[in-house]
Amino acid sequence: MLQGHQSWIFNNKPVILSSSAVGGPFEAKGPLAKDFDILHQDTRLGQDSFEKAEKKLIEQACEIAIHKAKIKKEDINFFLCGDLMNQIISSSFAARTLAIPFLGLYGACSSSMEGLSLAALMIDSKAAEYALAATSSHNSASEKQYRYPTEYGAQKPPTAQWTVTGSGAVLLGQRGEGPKVTCATIGRVVDMGLSDPFNMGTAMAPAAVDTIQAHFRDLNRDPSFYDLIATGDLGRVGHRIAGDLLRDHGLEIPPEIFTDCGILIYGDKQPVMAGGSGCACSATTTYGHFFKRMHKGELKRILIVATGALLSPLSYQQKESIPCVAHAVSIEM
Amino acid sequence: MEKFIWAFIIGGAICVIGQIAMDVFKLTPAHTMSSLVVIGAILGGLGLYEPLIKFAGAGATVPISSFGNSLVKGALAEAERSGIIGVLTGIFEVTSAGVSSAIIFGFMASLLFKSKG
Repeated sequence: MLQGHQSWIFNNKPVILSSSAVGGPFEAKGPLAKDFDILHQDTRLGQDSFEKAEKKLIEQACEIAIHKAKIKKEDINFFLCGDLMNQIISSSFAARTLAIPFLGLYGACSSSMEGLSLAALMIDSKAAEYALAATSSHNSASEKQYRYPTEYGAQKPPTAQWTVTGSGAVLLGQRGEGPKVTCATIGRVVDMGLSDPFNMGTAMAPAAVDTIQAHFRDLNRDPSFYDLIATGDLGRVGHRIAGDLLRDHGLEIPPEIFTDCGILIYGDKQPVMAGGSGCACSATTTYGHFFKRMHKGELKRILIVATGALLSPLSYQQKESIPCVAHAVSIEM
Repeated sequence: MEKFIWAFIIGGAICVIGQIAMDVFKLTPAHTMSSLVVIGAILGGLGLYEPLIKFAGAGATVPISSFGNSLVKGALAEAERSGIIGVLTGIFEVTSAGVSSAIIFGFMASLLFKSKG
């Protein structure tokens, strides 16, 4: 049901029956390693290309989520998936294996919450009995597509971020045990004219701020409603800017509940510059770490604001600025 | 001893120029490298790079700007011997070992290994 200008309230409370997080070797060395279902030591996963490895990450994440929910793959009505590769090949190729009716999404790193909000909308409106939403990113595959060949070893400035290798999947149903998706706010595309692809946190921060403001306005809520508000992959640089912008706009989120998946996923000693990024950043942190904390009772209500930089390698070569978007989903235990 | 110190300072200064080009002027690594080659070629053409080499030794010969200088040096030397066409025939005269080995070893490596990154 529409609430305000750009938010949905899910009155039938779609249930997150299961979720999964799969990661690579770099994530295995991070502080959230114990919250992943599978951690791979080989970034290729035994495949002969990084792209094939990324497809495998999605397949595994989906398999685990389906297995945990103890339902049959054939019972799932729709599969929603997005990733960063050109023509979202990782998602489409994984959908070929899964053979579940499929809708491909592209919202760059906001694909995680784009998928989750649409899946929740399907369940809420009874358009589906079960819906599976997933997303993935692969560090080397993204580097190769967006920046330089990995063998080249190009230098990066401290504002750059490290793309997470991994995949997260979530399975939603009409009824059952688990956290519930209660509402979602769909963001508009915001472009403040920044064009540095090595500083995407700064470019995405205004989009996150716009969506967070819209969420609290539409739902007439206060940040204290939530135990945790996490942005997707702003990193240390972007997250600070987002905090400052929100304060300027008169929306103070207490620092102890305001965090960023890109900051949480890697440790201080890991050479990730400003933090993690990629679709899998918010997906694995939410579907792995945050959901485990919800099941333990440490968190009751969380708001995830996944941020996406909607650039293409071609658009930045043509010196276009970076349009950004953010989608917020509220999950309650 | 003095030579080592100047090599250290001049070599380091050329690298600092490269780092500034990347961080402040947002040049890509490839543009930075080509710019240094062009700067070396211009300085070589103006007769300023040789004195720098005499002064700083390896501090001026090891960075890529030295390659630009060598290109111009070969072209000018051949132009003196055989006229204007020598600019074209002489451009790789001094640097042919480096250019040829890059092509030959690159070819050999491509036969043995498959690039995946």
